[in-house]
Amino acid sequence: MMVNSENRKANKFNTKGNWFVIIVIVSFLLFPLVIKNDYIIDVAFFFGIYTLLGLSLNIVLGEVGLFDLGHMGFAAIGAYTTAILNTTFGIPVLVLIPVSAIAAAIFAYLVCSPIIHLKGDYLCIVTIGMGEIIRLTLLNNPFGLTGGPNGVFGICFPSIGNLLVIDSCVKFYYYIWIIIGLTVIALIRLQNSRIGRAWNYVREDVIAAEASGIDVRYYKLLAFVIGAALAGVAGNIYATKLMIVSPESFTFMESCLLFCIVLIGGMGSIPGVFIGAAAISFFPEIFQAFAQYRMLIFGAVMVIMMMFRPGGAWPRQRGKIQTESIIIRAEKSEI
Amino acid sequence: MTEKNDIILETKKLTKRFGGLIAVNQFDLEVTRGKISSIIGPNGAGKTTVFNVITSIYQPDDGEYYFKGEKLFGLKPHQILTKGIARTFQNIRLFPNMTCLENVMAGQHARSDSGIWHSIFRAPSQMKEEKKIREIAEMRLEQVGLSGYKHELAKNIAYGSQRMLEIARALASNPSLLILDEPSSGLNDKETEDLMGFLDNLLIDDLTLLLIEHDMNVVMGISDWVTVMDEGKKIAEGKPKEIYHNPTVIEAYLGKEEEED
Repeated sequence: MMVNSENRKANKFNTKGNWFVIIVIVSFLLFPLVIKNDYIIDVAFFFGIYTLLGLSLNIVLGEVGLFDLGHMGFAAIGAYTTAILNTTFGIPVLVLIPVSAIAAAIFAYLVCSPIIHLKGDYLCIVTIGMGEIIRLTLLNNPFGLTGGPNGVFGICFPSIGNLLVIDSCVKFYYYIWIIIGLTVIALIRLQNSRIGRAWNYVREDVIAAEASGIDVRYYKLLAFVIGAALAGVAGNIYATKLMIVSPESFTFMESCLLFCIVLIGGMGSIPGVFIGAAAISFFPEIFQAFAQYRMLIFGAVMVIMMMFRPGGAWPRQRGKIQTESIIIRAEKSEI
Repeated sequence: MTEKNDIILETKKLTKRFGGLIAVNQFDLEVTRGKISSIIGPNGAGKTTVFNVITSIYQPDDGEYYFKGEKLFGLKPHQILTKGIARTFQNIRLFPNMTCLENVMAGQHARSDSGIWHSIFRAPSQMKEEKKIREIAEMRLEQVGLSGYKHELAKNIAYGSQRMLEIARALASNPSLLILDEPSSGLNDKETEDLMGFLDNLLIDDLTLLLIEHDMNVVMGISDWVTVMDEGKKIAEGKPKEIYHNPTVIEAYLGKEEEED
């Protein structure tokens, strides 16, 4: 098989990129072995939760440009689905991961179908309403299911029979970061497919996208459904870690934080989500002394970011790398 | 006149109102297969509205239109492309933050069908399809002379190139009818001339062109058939030469002489 010079160049670039990725993965794997402080590992776990939630919002906000400020609502659906089914019927939590994802996805489909044509700010306001309605519904304890303000407690640890019970900080750390790893692979592949491109076309210019044969409504809904499903998975993991879910974990403020994660990192950028999530989860730890002024500093950082780096900390790189790499793989697979 | 089955696009008494304003009034149009047809007319004559109705961005209030003998009604814009009608816009509409190649790949979207699971698991059929999409996109970029810019962001290339890129994107869907809304606006004389040659060459690929154009040199130079619109109505049609000397047309463009006193 002929490999032209252009592809060779791309290969070279990929190896450089691969080294970086390998270093990052190895440092994530070694982290709990080097640092034997449960508290710090827990912080890293919540960094993981925010990363997963950030990745899920990144599909809706970053890839398609839909302003969704009620994203925590989808995570709440996932978390409560897990909590209720586990505590009432004793269904294992691992089995409930796909169930939570599907529950959140169905909910997103039903709620977003009628509002999907709304643009920008209007969609934003409706999603805020949606998030708040979910939270208030949970607070009001419908049919005695959600336990009102106390929430649902006594959720089991994730386990495969008695073989592997995920019960310690370190195990939870690996649990979430493995799931994130798989998610990232899936999302990168989606980004490089016609579906990922269609999402971007819609974000860039709706009318041109329609005229180019893209079913805008379908792809917007698809983004919401996949984003919600991923948020549902995050909700499931969150519920099993805390062993309790309560409405106060899913406030509007949390949705705002997710929004910030995507904006800080750069719209539609997967590495950006990691940076954003790191900022959100480590910032309060580092600045514990200024607890009272935390939001003030945070706001100032956001303003400065928007002024000097509106594209985000790590904007998505476009061009050779991604389009070339897929072709190289395609050619390899044919050999 | 031409045979009936040579008409690729036909509108019958097409009407579109915006509130009290009748933008398009009982408009009849016939586009012959394999030819270049043009719609001309003063500003605000309703030319772009006709295009927007044909491509389903607006639904007509009255009248109907047929493409390859099939009545098109109540379709969404993306379905129009699947039928084989591709278009460009008067004020270039690209995907600015994506590369030129990705822009052109958009045209093939409706011609491919890998789903989410195929993409996530990189199914062989999906890889093959991606390769095909990319090859067609590269071929179209080459055709408009932009293969050197394939990895540049669309917003960074020159204005004239952006116009060609938009045409390449439309061509990438392998349409049978290409609708161009003022393709020469904003181009200099050299670029306009190149464009005329380029459009003429497209006819070889069994393509039909319908354009709106302001530049009389372009219209008279390449059109096989010209339809003149004014205030939403068709006021004349014919071969470019006939239109050039038609008193009604001259009047619509320049006004009546007696009115001066």
